[in-house]
Amino acid sequence: MSELAERLKLTVNGEARRVPAGLTVAGLLAEIGLAERKVAVERNLEIVPRSQYATTALAEGDAIEIVHFIGGG
Amino acid sequence: MTEDSWEVAGRRFTSRLIVGTGRYKSLEETRDSIAASGAEIVTVAVRRVNLSDPSAPMLQDFVPPDRYTYLPNTAGCFTAQDAVRTLRLAREAGGWNLVKLEVLGPPPFLYPDMAATFEAAAALIADGFEVMVYCADDPVAAKRLEEMGCVAIMPLGAPIGSGMGVVNPYMIRAIKAAAKVPVLVDAGIGTASEAAFAMELGCDAVLLNSAIAHAQNPVKMAEAMKHAVIAGRAAHLAGRMPRDYKADASSPMTGLIR
Repeated sequence: MSELAERLKLTVNGEARRVPAGLTVAGLLAEIGLAERKVAVERNLEIVPRSQYATTALAEGDAIEIVHFIGGG
Repeated sequence: MTEDSWEVAGRRFTSRLIVGTGRYKSLEETRDSIAASGAEIVTVAVRRVNLSDPSAPMLQDFVPPDRYTYLPNTAGCFTAQDAVRTLRLAREAGGWNLVKLEVLGPPPFLYPDMAATFEAAAALIADGFEVMVYCADDPVAAKRLEEMGCVAIMPLGAPIGSGMGVVNPYMIRAIKAAAKVPVLVDAGIGTASEAAFAMELGCDAVLLNSAIAHAQNPVKMAEAMKHAVIAGRAAHLAGRMPRDYKADASSPMTGLIR
């Protein structure tokens, strides 16, 4: 099996990204370097509750949005 | 004497000034200005994390959510679906269901799009949100939003970021007179006297951002706004003297030397 076959193709915040198969949402946040308590995650337009980050495995073609709070009026 | 306070959606606050956290030069300036304003509630926006710089400092590090009540907004949303999607993410990020709904029309006025605002308010209320709603200074629309279940009505004083003050005080007063939920002037305030004026009209609180962030000295203006809102509220409670076009001498006309 080639290395590429073991990787999933995702879209994260509009950018294409390849990650290892089996990676969870928690794993993705760790790979990017984000603290779980400061962000919210949407997977294919559905909220992923923080309590399920560690158990939600990503799938080929997932569209992920990772957001946080910024200054606004 | 009991301390003057106000309540929205079952939460009680002492400060009647809500401030935005946008348009500052730095997060340090944001932090210092908000501290100087005495605000207990701050509005925040929800945006994508910058994946190329994940270690960049975040708003929460400077404006801690355990010290300030975060009021997530829907700035940048032009449909009800976008507003609900954005605020569901905000609710997950922070657990807050008290939110600020704003659905705006196009530049140059960014005037509230009331048809879209009604649609978004209905969707958010159905989804369990407590909605503080930015709206036109229209007493009929304001009443309808209240009847739908919005927890605060927030008519604009003037267009967002315009600094024009409260340009239609009669309608703000009319909205306040008819409302059973808090009424806040949101947007348009440019300087301290205008914030005081909004409070003198009887508003429960004032929401502003650019007036502080775009002042020459934001921290100083934040302090001015804090005092202005307190002064305006006190003047409203005191009840102003009647206006008259002619003089009414303030020194006695008896006992004059001859």
